[in-house]
Amino acid sequence: MSDPEFKSRLRESATFPRHVIAEIQRAAREGIYDIRGFGAKRQVPDFDDLLFLGASMSRYPLEGYRERCDTSVTLGARFAKKPIELKIPITIAGMSFGALSSQAKESLGRGASIMGTSTTTGDGGMTPEERGHSDILVYQYLPSRYGMNPDDLRKADAIEVVVGQGAKPGGGGMLLGQKISDRVAEMRNLPKGIDQRSACRHPDWTGPDDLEIKIGELREITDWQVPIYVKVGATRTFFDVTLAVKAGADVVVVDGMQGGTAATQDVFIEHVGIPTLPAVRLAVEALKELDMHRKVQLIVSGGIRNGADTAKALALGADAVSIGTAAMIALGDNSPEHEAEYNKLGTSAGYYDDWQDGCDPSGISTQDPELAQRLDPELGGRRIANYLNCMTLETQTLARACGKSHVHNLEPEDMVALTVEAAAMAKIPLAGTSWIPGNGF
Amino acid sequence: MPTFDLKDVDVRELNQALHDEASAGAEFKIINPNGKHSVAVGAMYSTQIDIEGHVGYYCAGMNQQATVTVHGNAGSGCAENMTSGQVRVKGNASQYCGATAHGGLLVVEGDTAARCGISMKGVDIVIGGSVGNMSAFMAQSGHLVICGDAGEALGDSMYEARIYVGGEVASLGADCIEKPIKSEHEAELKELLGQAGIDAGDISRFRRYGSARKLYNFNIDHAGEY
Repeated sequence: MSDPEFKSRLRESATFPRHVIAEIQRAAREGIYDIRGFGAKRQVPDFDDLLFLGASMSRYPLEGYRERCDTSVTLGARFAKKPIELKIPITIAGMSFGALSSQAKESLGRGASIMGTSTTTGDGGMTPEERGHSDILVYQYLPSRYGMNPDDLRKADAIEVVVGQGAKPGGGGMLLGQKISDRVAEMRNLPKGIDQRSACRHPDWTGPDDLEIKIGELREITDWQVPIYVKVGATRTFFDVTLAVKAGADVVVVDGMQGGTAATQDVFIEHVGIPTLPAVRLAVEALKELDMHRKVQLIVSGGIRNGADTAKALALGADAVSIGTAAMIALGDNSPEHEAEYNKLGTSAGYYDDWQDGCDPSGISTQDPELAQRLDPELGGRRIANYLNCMTLETQTLARACGKSHVHNLEPEDMVALTVEAAAMAKIPLAGTSWIPGNGF
Repeated sequence: MPTFDLKDVDVRELNQALHDEASAGAEFKIINPNGKHSVAVGAMYSTQIDIEGHVGYYCAGMNQQATVTVHGNAGSGCAENMTSGQVRVKGNASQYCGATAHGGLLVVEGDTAARCGISMKGVDIVIGGSVGNMSAFMAQSGHLVICGDAGEALGDSMYEARIYVGGEVASLGADCIEKPIKSEHEAELKELLGQAGIDAGDISRFRRYGSARKLYNFNIDHAGEY
């Protein structure tokens, strides 16, 4: 190009930006949809679109570093003889051994235990390392039932019946053959090296009436000792939460579309489900309509990153939040220290999402022993604890600013919305107005 | 012999007793189950449990070591995820029978509904009668012996489980194919029938089915088969 000014005349198409062009050409080259990890990358209305109204003339704030702002949470007191007692309102979401290395799973358990909160198994069963290093462990009951056995079920502090997840509500999963080590294969009763499909629906129940009977069976097997959660991906959230409560859940987990996954089609991640922001509001409305708000606890996940997200979710009515992708990032995923290796994989720190292929330079989403050993579980545990501590302090800072002595005292009235979309989805008034779209003027 | 009359006693009391170490070696008799759900679930000791009548969902779910006999019919999910022991249904069993079960022996002397042995992971299942559609869907390992007929899509997307069918197969599911029966398979079939106490007559009529293993690793050229 001889014209030195040509760059100023280039105009990228809004319909066909560079990443869309690249994807069309990749699809034409490879003939298969893109499978990746991480969560939705598109911009959706989220907690950044809400702001807190700090105390001033009409509200009294609490003194930072002096006046107590409690963060404790009790989960599952509806039916369980041994409810879960958390010191902080932030838990670690379910991620499987298989998708993650054993070092990563151990790190999550260590960090959660330091902070007095829970971590969660995933598809593939419970490993001794994870159980041993997790003071409070939630055992996921998934459609595939890989590694599911009554002995581990009885070792769990709570059981989470997974109906769906935010990254792929209505979809199953696939652990690609390259991540199937001898140990993963043995735990899942499948040959090494083959793709392992995680089913999209449970094999022995369909619908909420069956789920009620299934929950009854799980309670009988565990002698009604531990809470039973039901996790749903955010779609028809009001109805799903209503049905989960009627089926007997002690705790409902709602995972918004920003929630992460180890391996799912990009088209699924980006185009199915609703954002976490409206999902929280819909879930709380369902609980209130049943007069079960605060009786059945609500855990919200999907794109939770910091104390501000946590505080806003709690203010909308959640009892706790759960983190997955953020926890992996805290462990070192997408860290610039691995930039040279990311470049070799054709990506860059901040963009790496090929969690499905087992080549993770940070040693987190891999079963390669050499890569996995890069992650020191003690250091990883410390990072998780530090990060959870920061999130908790941030949550308390915002709660104190609103004059709350417990983070659960935050309420919708403490917030305003920055955008019309967020105002409509969260049913929070647009800043500077009393207008909530859909509620009239 | 402890007897639990479920007309008077709650299922909770029964299951609690079965989870007590003192139940090891004992014989339990359960009367008037009247279609109740979760009867004898999570039994974990070598207990003999006889249920006189029909049961609802998930009877003998997650059974370990115990020997459970249902002298009647069983509802959905009978012996789901059992890991060891033996479960026998003298009548018929509804859908999802033996779902995801990891071990032990499950015998249904009558028929079962759809999805018998779905996602089975090592259990041996012997059905005296016929099974419904989509049986052995995604079956991973273990054996499914069907003395009667099999419904549509038998063994769809199955892995390493082995299926023997004495009657007609309505259709095979994706990646499920018929395989030759060799002498070792005949011996295996005889042993399974013997363990189950099922007299299937002349076993030369049985055919064997397993995975073609074409769908084990995703291949775009096979997309039309899913």
